[in-house]
Amino acid sequence: MSAKEIMNKEEMARTLNRMVFQILEAIKSEDGFCLVGIRRGGAVLAKRMADILAKEGKKDIKIGYLDITLYRDDLTSIHDYPVLQSTEIDFDITGRNIVLVDDVIYTGRTTRAALDALIDYGRPKKILLAAFIDRGHRELPIQPDFTGRTVPTSRSEIVDVQLEEQAGCDCILINKKA
Amino acid sequence: MAYKRKDLLGMKDLTKEEILYLLETAQKFTEINERDVKKVPTLKGKTVINLFFEPSTRTRTSFEIAGKRLSADTINFTASSSSTTKGETLIDTVKNMEAMKSDIFVVRHSYSGAVKYIAEHTDAKIINAGDGLNEHPTQALLDMLTIRQSKGRLEGIEVAIIGDITHSRVARSDVWAMTKLGVNVRLFGPTTMIPKHSQVFGCRVCKSMNEAVEGADVIIMLRIQRERQGKLLIPSTKEYAKYFGLTKDKLALAKPDALVMHPGPINRGVELMSNVADGDNSGVLKQVTNGVAVRMAALYILGIGNNKGGIDENAS
Repeated sequence: MSAKEIMNKEEMARTLNRMVFQILEAIKSEDGFCLVGIRRGGAVLAKRMADILAKEGKKDIKIGYLDITLYRDDLTSIHDYPVLQSTEIDFDITGRNIVLVDDVIYTGRTTRAALDALIDYGRPKKILLAAFIDRGHRELPIQPDFTGRTVPTSRSEIVDVQLEEQAGCDCILINKKA
Repeated sequence: MAYKRKDLLGMKDLTKEEILYLLETAQKFTEINERDVKKVPTLKGKTVINLFFEPSTRTRTSFEIAGKRLSADTINFTASSSSTTKGETLIDTVKNMEAMKSDIFVVRHSYSGAVKYIAEHTDAKIINAGDGLNEHPTQALLDMLTIRQSKGRLEGIEVAIIGDITHSRVARSDVWAMTKLGVNVRLFGPTTMIPKHSQVFGCRVCKSMNEAVEGADVIIMLRIQRERQGKLLIPSTKEYAKYFGLTKDKLALAKPDALVMHPGPINRGVELMSNVADGDNSGVLKQVTNGVAVRMAALYILGIGNNKGGIDENAS
Protein backbone atom coordinates (compact mmCIF):
# COMPACT_ATOMS: atom_id res chain seq x y z
CA MET A 1 0.00 0.00 0.00
CA SER A 2 1.52 3.28 -1.10
CA ALA A 3 0.76 6.35 0.98
CA LYS A 4 1.09 9.88 -0.31
CA GLU A 5 1.13 12.79 2.09
CA ILE A 6 -1.02 15.65 0.83
CA MET A 7 -0.94 17.91 3.89
CA ASN A 8 1.49 18.28 6.75
CA LYS A 9 1.06 19.68 10.24
CA GLU A 10 1.68 23.34 9.32
CA GLU A 11 -0.61 23.24 6.29
CA MET A 12 -3.35 21.67 8.35
CA ALA A 13 -3.04 24.31 11.07
CA ARG A 14 -3.19 27.13 8.51
CA THR A 15 -6.20 25.64 6.76
CA LEU A 16 -8.11 25.13 10.00
CA ASN A 17 -7.33 28.71 11.02
CA ARG A 18 -8.66 29.98 7.72
CA MET A 19 -11.85 27.94 8.11
CA VAL A 20 -12.46 29.42 11.55
CA PHE A 21 -12.19 32.95 10.18
CA GLN A 22 -14.48 32.10 7.27
CA ILE A 23 -17.05 30.86 9.77
CA LEU A 24 -16.69 34.04 11.83
CA GLU A 25 -17.14 36.10 8.67
CA ALA A 26 -20.20 34.20 7.50
CA ILE A 27 -22.14 34.23 10.75
CA LYS A 28 -23.12 37.59 12.21
CA SER A 29 -21.51 37.91 15.59
CA GLU A 30 -24.70 38.89 17.41
CA ASP A 31 -26.33 35.61 16.32
CA GLY A 32 -23.51 33.45 17.64
CA PHE A 33 -23.01 29.80 16.83
CA CYS A 34 -22.18 26.43 18.33
CA LEU A 35 -19.78 23.79 17.05
CA VAL A 36 -20.82 20.16 16.77
CA GLY A 37 -18.11 17.71 15.77
CA ILE A 38 -18.89 14.35 14.24
CA ARG A 39 -17.00 11.57 15.96
CA ARG A 40 -14.27 10.76 15.73
CA GLY A 41 -12.21 13.02 13.42
CA GLY A 42 -14.69 15.87 13.27
CA ALA A 43 -14.91 15.97 17.04
CA VAL A 44 -11.16 16.58 17.34
CA LEU A 45 -11.25 19.30 14.68
CA ALA A 46 -14.24 20.99 16.35
CA LYS A 47 -12.30 21.06 19.63
CA ARG A 48 -9.33 22.67 17.86
CA MET A 49 -11.63 25.23 16.24
CA ALA A 50 -12.99 26.10 19.68
CA ASP A 51 -9.39 26.55 20.90
CA ILE A 52 -8.61 28.90 18.00
CA LEU A 53 -11.81 30.85 18.74
CA ALA A 54 -10.85 31.08 22.41
CA LYS A 55 -7.53 32.66 21.40
CA GLU A 56 -9.51 35.18 19.35
CA GLY A 57 -11.40 36.14 22.47
CA LYS A 58 -14.47 34.05 21.79
CA LYS A 59 -14.31 31.83 24.84
CA ASP A 60 -17.98 31.08 25.20
CA ILE A 61 -18.52 29.10 21.99
CA LYS A 62 -20.47 25.98 22.95
CA ILE A 63 -19.20 22.69 21.60
CA GLY A 64 -20.85 19.32 21.29
CA TYR A 65 -19.93 15.92 19.95
CA LEU A 66 -22.12 13.70 17.85
CA ASP A 67 -21.91 9.96 17.27
CA ILE A 68 -23.89 9.02 14.19
CA THR A 69 -23.49 5.23 14.29
CA LEU A 70 -27.13 4.62 15.18
CA TYR A 71 -28.28 6.80 12.28
CA ARG A 72 -26.23 5.19 9.52
CA ASP A 73 -28.02 3.73 6.51
CA ASP A 74 -25.44 0.99 6.03
CA LEU A 75 -25.36 -0.56 9.50
CA THR A 76 -26.24 -4.03 8.29
CA SER A 77 -23.72 -4.04 5.45
CA ILE A 78 -20.60 -2.77 7.15
CA HIS A 79 -17.76 -5.05 7.91
CA ASP A 80 -17.56 -5.38 11.64
CA TYR A 81 -19.53 -4.31 14.64
CA PRO A 82 -19.27 -0.57 14.86
CA VAL A 83 -18.17 0.68 18.24
CA LEU A 84 -20.60 3.21 19.64
CA GLN A 85 -19.08 6.49 20.77
CA SER A 86 -20.93 8.77 23.09
CA THR A 87 -22.92 11.77 21.97
CA GLU A 88 -22.36 14.79 24.19
CA ILE A 89 -24.49 17.81 23.46
CA ASP A 90 -25.22 19.38 26.81
CA PHE A 91 -26.92 22.53 25.53
CA ASP A 92 -30.24 23.15 23.82
CA ILE A 93 -29.65 23.45 20.08
CA THR A 94 -33.12 24.86 19.36
CA GLY A 95 -32.94 28.29 17.75
CA ARG A 96 -29.15 28.28 17.46
CA ASN A 97 -26.78 28.36 14.52
CA ILE A 98 -24.94 25.07 14.41
CA VAL A 99 -21.68 24.48 12.56
CA LEU A 100 -21.36 20.78 11.92
CA VAL A 101 -17.71 19.73 11.65
CA ASP A 102 -16.41 16.64 9.89
CA ASP A 103 -12.94 15.67 8.78
CA VAL A 104 -13.77 14.23 5.36
CA ILE A 105 -16.84 14.59 3.18
CA TYR A 106 -17.21 11.82 0.63
CA THR A 107 -20.58 10.29 -0.25
CA GLY A 108 -22.48 12.71 1.99
CA ARG A 109 -24.17 9.87 3.85
CA THR A 110 -22.43 10.64 7.13
CA THR A 111 -23.68 14.22 6.88
CA ARG A 112 -27.20 12.99 6.15
CA ALA A 113 -27.05 10.80 9.25
CA ALA A 114 -25.64 13.67 11.31
CA LEU A 115 -28.46 15.97 10.23
CA ASP A 116 -31.03 13.40 11.30
CA ALA A 117 -29.26 12.85 14.61
CA LEU A 118 -28.97 16.59 15.26
CA ILE A 119 -32.64 17.23 14.55
CA ASP A 120 -33.60 14.62 17.16
CA TYR A 121 -32.06 17.00 19.71
CA GLY A 122 -34.06 20.05 18.75
CA ARG A 123 -34.75 22.51 15.97
CA PRO A 124 -31.67 24.59 15.18
CA LYS A 125 -32.11 27.94 13.47
CA LYS A 126 -29.58 26.96 10.85
CA ILE A 127 -27.10 24.16 10.27
CA LEU A 128 -23.87 24.84 8.38
CA LEU A 129 -21.37 22.23 7.33
CA ALA A 130 -17.62 22.56 7.67
CA ALA A 131 -15.61 19.77 6.05
CA PHE A 132 -11.85 19.73 6.32
CA ILE A 133 -11.32 17.59 3.21
CA ASP A 134 -13.79 17.34 0.34
CA ARG A 135 -12.87 14.33 -1.74
CA GLY A 136 -15.87 14.38 -4.10
CA HIS A 137 -18.04 11.42 -5.17
CA ARG A 138 -21.21 12.67 -3.51
CA GLU A 139 -24.19 10.33 -3.53
CA LEU A 140 -26.58 12.83 -1.94
CA PRO A 141 -27.34 16.49 -2.67
CA ILE A 142 -25.20 17.79 0.20
CA GLN A 143 -22.40 20.38 -0.08
CA PRO A 144 -20.22 21.88 2.64
CA ASP A 145 -20.46 25.58 3.44
CA PHE A 146 -16.83 25.71 4.49
CA THR A 147 -14.17 23.51 2.95
CA GLY A 148 -10.58 23.14 4.09
CA ARG A 149 -9.26 21.65 0.89
CA THR A 150 -10.81 19.98 -2.13
CA VAL A 151 -8.90 16.84 -3.03
CA PRO A 152 -9.82 14.99 -6.20
CA THR A 153 -9.68 11.28 -5.50
CA SER A 154 -10.70 8.05 -7.09
CA ARG A 155 -13.03 5.65 -5.31
CA SER A 156 -10.22 3.15 -4.92
CA GLU A 157 -8.33 5.56 -2.68
CA ILE A 158 -8.68 6.13 1.04
CA VAL A 159 -8.18 9.53 2.61
CA ASP A 160 -6.53 9.03 5.96
CA VAL A 161 -6.75 12.04 8.27
CA GLN A 162 -4.28 11.50 11.09
CA LEU A 163 -4.71 13.71 14.09
CA GLU A 164 -2.33 14.24 16.97
CA GLU A 165 -5.02 13.41 19.54
CA GLN A 166 -5.74 10.01 17.99
CA ALA A 167 -2.86 8.93 15.77
CA GLY A 168 -0.02 10.82 17.46
CA CYS A 169 0.79 13.11 14.51
CA ASP A 170 -0.92 15.58 12.22
CA CYS A 171 -0.95 14.73 8.53
CA ILE A 172 -3.26 13.72 5.73
CA LEU A 173 -2.43 10.72 3.58
CA ILE A 174 -3.95 9.22 0.50
CA ASN A 175 -3.72 5.45 0.44
CA LYS A 176 -4.49 3.07 -2.37
CA LYS A 177 -6.99 0.47 -1.27
CA ALA A 178 -5.28 -2.84 -0.73
CA MET B 1 -14.50 -6.01 20.33
CA ALA B 2 -17.32 -7.93 18.78
CA TYR B 3 -20.23 -10.21 19.42
CA LYS B 4 -20.59 -12.74 16.64
CA ARG B 5 -23.25 -15.02 18.10
CA LYS B 6 -26.75 -15.32 16.69
CA ASP B 7 -28.41 -15.27 20.09
CA LEU B 8 -28.06 -14.03 23.64
CA LEU B 9 -28.95 -17.07 25.72
CA GLY B 10 -26.91 -16.79 28.88
CA MET B 11 -23.85 -15.49 30.61
CA LYS B 12 -22.30 -18.91 31.16
CA ASP B 13 -21.18 -19.30 27.54
CA LEU B 14 -19.97 -15.76 26.96
CA THR B 15 -16.38 -14.61 27.16
CA LYS B 16 -15.25 -11.71 29.30
CA GLU B 17 -14.74 -9.63 26.13
CA GLU B 18 -18.25 -10.29 24.89
CA ILE B 19 -19.74 -9.29 28.24
CA LEU B 20 -17.65 -6.11 28.31
CA TYR B 21 -18.72 -5.25 24.75
CA LEU B 22 -22.38 -5.60 25.78
CA LEU B 23 -21.77 -3.41 28.83
CA GLU B 24 -19.90 -0.72 26.87
CA THR B 25 -22.66 -0.59 24.28
CA ALA B 26 -25.35 -0.41 26.97
CA GLN B 27 -23.51 2.45 28.67
CA LYS B 28 -23.64 4.41 25.39
CA PHE B 29 -27.38 3.79 25.11
CA THR B 30 -28.08 5.29 28.54
CA GLU B 31 -27.66 8.73 26.96
CA ILE B 32 -30.52 8.19 24.50
CA ASN B 33 -32.92 7.52 27.37
CA GLU B 34 -32.14 10.96 28.82
CA ARG B 35 -33.06 12.85 25.64
CA ASP B 36 -36.30 14.61 24.86
CA VAL B 37 -36.65 12.57 21.71
CA LYS B 38 -35.94 9.08 23.01
CA LYS B 39 -35.72 7.39 19.66
CA VAL B 40 -33.08 6.50 17.10
CA PRO B 41 -33.81 5.00 13.67
CA THR B 42 -31.36 2.12 13.99
CA LEU B 43 -33.68 -0.89 13.81
CA LYS B 44 -36.30 0.64 11.55
CA GLY B 45 -38.08 -2.12 9.67
CA LYS B 46 -37.05 -4.90 12.04
CA THR B 47 -39.71 -6.84 13.88
CA VAL B 48 -39.16 -7.86 17.49
CA ILE B 49 -41.60 -10.29 19.07
CA ASN B 50 -41.81 -10.62 22.83
CA LEU B 51 -42.72 -14.26 23.37
CA PHE B 52 -43.61 -14.53 27.03
CA PHE B 53 -44.75 -17.94 28.18
CA GLU B 54 -44.55 -16.75 31.78
CA PRO B 55 -46.01 -13.59 33.30
CA SER B 56 -43.78 -10.52 33.44
CA THR B 57 -44.37 -6.81 33.65
CA ARG B 58 -41.02 -5.19 34.14
CA THR B 59 -38.90 -7.24 31.76
CA ARG B 60 -41.52 -7.30 29.00
CA THR B 61 -42.17 -3.56 29.24
CA SER B 62 -38.45 -2.90 29.35
CA PHE B 63 -37.87 -4.92 26.16
CA GLU B 64 -40.85 -3.29 24.51
CA ILE B 65 -39.59 0.21 25.31
CA ALA B 66 -36.07 -0.75 24.23
CA GLY B 67 -37.33 -2.02 20.88
CA LYS B 68 -39.46 1.04 20.29
CA ARG B 69 -36.63 3.44 21.11
CA LEU B 70 -34.61 1.72 18.41
CA SER B 71 -37.55 2.13 15.98
CA ALA B 72 -38.19 -1.61 15.72
CA ASP B 73 -41.77 -2.83 15.52
CA THR B 74 -42.37 -4.56 18.83
CA ILE B 75 -45.16 -7.05 19.25
CA ASN B 76 -46.16 -8.70 22.50
CA PHE B 77 -47.30 -12.25 22.70
CA THR B 78 -48.54 -13.69 25.95
CA ALA B 79 -49.10 -17.39 26.32
CA SER B 80 -52.39 -17.18 28.19
CA SER B 81 -54.17 -15.59 25.23
CA SER B 82 -52.59 -17.69 22.52
CA SER B 83 -52.75 -20.92 20.63
CA THR B 84 -50.45 -22.45 23.26
CA THR B 85 -53.57 -22.95 25.35
CA LYS B 86 -55.11 -24.73 22.37
CA GLY B 87 -52.32 -27.30 22.39
CA GLU B 88 -49.86 -25.95 19.83
CA THR B 89 -46.29 -27.07 20.43
CA LEU B 90 -43.57 -24.60 21.35
CA ILE B 91 -41.69 -25.00 18.08
CA ASP B 92 -44.88 -24.67 16.02
CA THR B 93 -45.67 -21.40 17.76
CA VAL B 94 -42.18 -20.10 17.06
CA LYS B 95 -42.18 -21.33 13.44
CA ASN B 96 -45.46 -19.53 12.83
CA MET B 97 -44.11 -16.30 14.23
CA GLU B 98 -40.99 -16.74 12.16
CA ALA B 99 -43.07 -17.30 9.03
CA MET B 100 -44.40 -13.78 9.53
CA LYS B 101 -40.80 -12.65 8.92
CA SER B 102 -39.82 -11.64 12.42
CA ASP B 103 -36.21 -10.80 13.10
CA ILE B 104 -35.75 -11.11 16.84
CA PHE B 105 -37.61 -13.10 19.49
CA VAL B 106 -37.37 -12.16 23.12
CA VAL B 107 -38.36 -15.32 24.96
CA ARG B 108 -39.31 -16.10 28.54
CA HIS B 109 -40.28 -19.61 29.50
CA SER B 110 -40.77 -21.47 32.75
CA TYR B 111 -38.65 -24.45 31.65
CA SER B 112 -34.88 -24.23 31.90
CA GLY B 113 -33.38 -24.74 28.46
CA ALA B 114 -36.58 -23.95 26.56
CA VAL B 115 -35.07 -20.77 25.13
CA LYS B 116 -31.96 -22.56 23.91
CA TYR B 117 -34.19 -25.20 22.34
CA ILE B 118 -36.07 -22.51 20.45
CA ALA B 119 -32.81 -20.86 19.35
CA GLU B 120 -31.66 -24.14 17.83
CA HIS B 121 -34.84 -24.47 15.81
CA THR B 122 -35.11 -21.04 14.25
CA ASP B 123 -33.03 -18.70 12.12
CA ALA B 124 -34.43 -15.70 13.96
CA LYS B 125 -32.28 -14.17 16.67
CA ILE B 126 -33.21 -15.11 20.22
CA ILE B 127 -32.76 -13.16 23.42
CA ASN B 128 -33.34 -15.04 26.64
CA ALA B 129 -35.59 -13.03 28.95
CA GLY B 130 -35.48 -15.73 31.61
CA ASP B 131 -35.77 -19.50 31.31
CA GLY B 132 -36.86 -21.50 34.35
CA LEU B 133 -34.10 -21.70 36.92
CA ASN B 134 -31.37 -21.34 34.33
CA GLU B 135 -30.47 -17.81 33.24
CA HIS B 136 -31.68 -14.26 32.89
CA PRO B 137 -28.77 -12.65 31.03
CA THR B 138 -30.09 -9.11 30.58
CA GLN B 139 -30.70 -8.90 34.34
CA ALA B 140 -27.06 -9.81 34.99
CA LEU B 141 -25.95 -7.17 32.50
CA LEU B 142 -28.08 -4.44 34.05
CA ASP B 143 -26.86 -5.45 37.51
CA MET B 144 -23.25 -5.13 36.39
CA LEU B 145 -23.91 -1.85 34.58
CA THR B 146 -25.48 -0.43 37.74
CA ILE B 147 -22.56 -1.63 39.87
CA ARG B 148 -20.01 -0.21 37.45
CA GLN B 149 -21.72 3.17 37.33
CA SER B 150 -21.86 3.29 41.12
CA LYS B 151 -18.40 1.91 41.93
CA GLY B 152 -16.49 2.87 38.79
CA ARG B 153 -15.24 -0.66 38.24
CA LEU B 154 -16.14 -4.32 38.60
CA GLU B 155 -12.83 -5.98 39.36
CA GLY B 156 -12.34 -6.65 43.06
CA ILE B 157 -15.82 -5.52 44.05
CA GLU B 158 -17.39 -7.53 46.89
CA VAL B 159 -20.91 -8.60 45.97
CA ALA B 160 -23.25 -10.51 48.30
CA ILE B 161 -26.20 -12.32 46.72
CA ILE B 162 -28.73 -13.22 49.37
CA GLY B 163 -31.90 -15.29 49.16
CA ASP B 164 -33.18 -18.27 47.22
CA ILE B 165 -30.05 -19.04 45.22
CA THR B 166 -31.26 -22.47 44.10
CA HIS B 167 -34.35 -21.22 42.33
CA SER B 168 -32.95 -17.94 41.04
CA ARG B 169 -31.98 -17.54 37.40
CA VAL B 170 -30.87 -14.02 38.29
CA ALA B 171 -28.35 -15.40 40.78
CA ARG B 172 -27.03 -17.86 38.21
CA SER B 173 -26.55 -15.28 35.47
CA ASP B 174 -25.02 -12.85 37.96
CA VAL B 175 -22.57 -15.42 39.27
CA TRP B 176 -21.48 -16.66 35.83
CA ALA B 177 -20.92 -13.17 34.52
CA MET B 178 -19.48 -11.49 37.60
CA THR B 179 -16.91 -14.16 38.37
CA LYS B 180 -15.62 -13.80 34.78
CA LEU B 181 -15.13 -10.09 35.32
CA GLY B 182 -13.22 -10.47 38.56
CA VAL B 183 -16.04 -9.63 40.98
CA ASN B 184 -15.83 -11.46 44.32
CA VAL B 185 -19.25 -13.01 44.85
CA ARG B 186 -20.51 -14.49 48.10
CA LEU B 187 -23.80 -16.30 48.50
CA PHE B 188 -26.14 -16.64 51.44
CA GLY B 189 -29.61 -17.99 52.06
CA PRO B 190 -31.52 -20.63 54.00
CA THR B 191 -29.78 -23.99 53.59
CA THR B 192 -32.86 -25.24 51.75
CA MET B 193 -32.25 -22.53 49.17
CA ILE B 194 -28.52 -22.99 48.62
CA PRO B 195 -27.67 -25.39 45.77
CA LYS B 196 -26.22 -28.74 46.88
CA HIS B 197 -23.23 -28.34 44.62
CA SER B 198 -22.57 -24.65 45.10
CA GLN B 199 -18.81 -25.12 44.64
CA VAL B 200 -19.25 -25.08 40.83
CA PHE B 201 -20.02 -21.39 41.10
CA GLY B 202 -16.61 -20.79 42.62
CA CYS B 203 -17.88 -18.39 45.25
CA ARG B 204 -17.95 -18.30 49.01
CA VAL B 205 -21.10 -19.55 50.70
CA CYS B 206 -21.67 -17.67 53.95
CA LYS B 207 -22.94 -19.12 57.19
CA SER B 208 -24.77 -16.10 58.55
CA MET B 209 -26.38 -12.88 57.46
CA ASN B 210 -23.71 -10.91 59.29
CA GLU B 211 -20.94 -12.75 57.49
CA ALA B 212 -22.68 -12.22 54.15
CA VAL B 213 -23.17 -8.50 54.56
CA GLU B 214 -19.93 -7.59 56.32
CA GLY B 215 -17.71 -5.37 54.18
CA ALA B 216 -19.83 -5.83 51.04
CA ASP B 217 -19.73 -3.17 48.30
CA VAL B 218 -22.96 -4.44 46.80
CA ILE B 219 -25.84 -6.45 48.25
CA ILE B 220 -28.23 -8.13 45.84
CA MET B 221 -31.38 -9.31 47.60
CA LEU B 222 -33.36 -11.96 45.76
CA ARG B 223 -37.10 -12.24 45.80
CA ILE B 224 -38.69 -15.02 47.79
CA GLN B 225 -40.86 -16.61 45.15
CA ARG B 226 -43.94 -17.11 47.25
CA GLU B 227 -45.92 -18.46 44.30
CA ARG B 228 -43.33 -21.14 43.68
CA GLN B 229 -41.09 -22.84 46.17
CA GLY B 230 -41.21 -20.27 48.95
CA LYS B 231 -43.87 -21.98 50.97
CA LEU B 232 -42.17 -25.36 51.10
CA LEU B 233 -38.65 -24.24 51.87
CA ILE B 234 -39.13 -21.80 54.71
CA PRO B 235 -41.37 -22.05 57.78
CA SER B 236 -42.82 -18.56 57.40
CA THR B 237 -42.11 -15.27 55.70
CA LYS B 238 -41.88 -13.68 59.13
CA GLU B 239 -39.07 -15.98 60.10
CA TYR B 240 -37.40 -15.44 56.76
CA ALA B 241 -37.54 -11.68 57.25
CA LYS B 242 -35.91 -12.06 60.67
CA TYR B 243 -32.96 -14.20 59.60
CA PHE B 244 -32.50 -13.41 55.91
CA GLY B 245 -34.11 -10.02 55.35
CA LEU B 246 -32.03 -6.89 54.85
CA THR B 247 -32.72 -4.33 57.56
CA LYS B 248 -31.04 -0.99 58.26
CA ASP B 249 -29.07 -2.61 61.12
CA LYS B 250 -27.73 -5.38 58.90
CA LEU B 251 -26.90 -2.90 56.15
CA ALA B 252 -24.74 -0.99 58.64
CA LEU B 253 -22.28 -3.92 58.57
CA ALA B 254 -21.60 -3.41 54.86
CA LYS B 255 -19.37 -0.66 53.46
CA PRO B 256 -20.89 2.78 54.18
CA ASP B 257 -21.51 3.43 50.48
CA ALA B 258 -22.84 -0.09 49.84
CA LEU B 259 -25.26 -0.41 46.96
CA VAL B 260 -28.47 -2.37 47.58
CA MET B 261 -30.03 -4.02 44.55
CA HIS B 262 -33.05 -6.22 43.93
CA PRO B 263 -34.27 -7.69 40.64
CA GLY B 264 -37.89 -6.97 41.59
CA PRO B 265 -40.70 -7.29 42.31
CA ILE B 266 -39.84 -6.60 45.95
CA ASN B 267 -41.66 -8.30 48.81
CA ARG B 268 -41.48 -5.35 51.16
CA GLY B 269 -40.91 -6.41 54.74
CA VAL B 270 -39.80 -9.91 53.72
CA GLU B 271 -36.41 -9.92 51.99
CA LEU B 272 -36.06 -6.15 51.89
CA MET B 273 -37.33 -3.66 54.45
CA SER B 274 -38.98 -0.54 53.10
CA ASN B 275 -36.53 1.86 54.73
CA VAL B 276 -33.69 0.07 52.91
CA ALA B 277 -35.51 -0.28 49.58
CA ASP B 278 -36.26 3.44 49.58
CA GLY B 279 -33.08 4.49 51.38
CA ASP B 280 -29.99 6.31 50.11
CA ASN B 281 -28.13 3.08 49.37
CA SER B 282 -30.84 1.69 47.14
CA GLY B 283 -30.04 1.24 43.46
CA VAL B 284 -33.29 -0.53 42.69
CA LEU B 285 -34.80 2.09 40.40
CA LYS B 286 -31.43 2.78 38.77
CA GLN B 287 -31.43 -0.91 37.85
CA VAL B 288 -34.76 -0.51 36.11
CA THR B 289 -33.51 2.55 34.21
CA ASN B 290 -30.38 0.70 33.14
CA GLY B 291 -32.51 -2.27 32.10
CA VAL B 292 -33.80 -0.34 29.10
CA ALA B 293 -30.29 0.59 27.96
CA VAL B 294 -29.07 -2.99 28.36
CA ARG B 295 -31.97 -4.35 26.32
CA MET B 296 -31.39 -1.72 23.66
CA ALA B 297 -27.78 -2.85 23.46
CA ALA B 298 -28.81 -6.50 23.13
CA LEU B 299 -31.40 -5.76 20.44
CA TYR B 300 -28.97 -3.47 18.61
CA ILE B 301 -26.10 -5.93 18.61
CA LEU B 302 -28.21 -8.87 17.46
CA GLY B 303 -30.40 -6.74 15.19
CA ILE B 304 -27.63 -5.25 13.07
CA GLY B 305 -25.51 -8.36 13.18
CA ASN B 306 -24.92 -10.11 9.91
CA ASN B 307 -22.72 -13.04 9.16
CA LYS B 308 -22.22 -12.09 5.53
CA GLY B 309 -18.96 -10.26 6.07
CA GLY B 310 -19.75 -7.14 4.08
CA ILE B 311 -17.55 -4.29 3.02
CA ASP B 312 -15.38 -1.93 4.99
CA GLU B 313 -16.23 1.45 3.55
CA ASN B 314 -14.39 4.67 4.06
CA ALA B 315 -17.78 6.36 3.95
CA SER B 316 -17.63 9.98 5.00
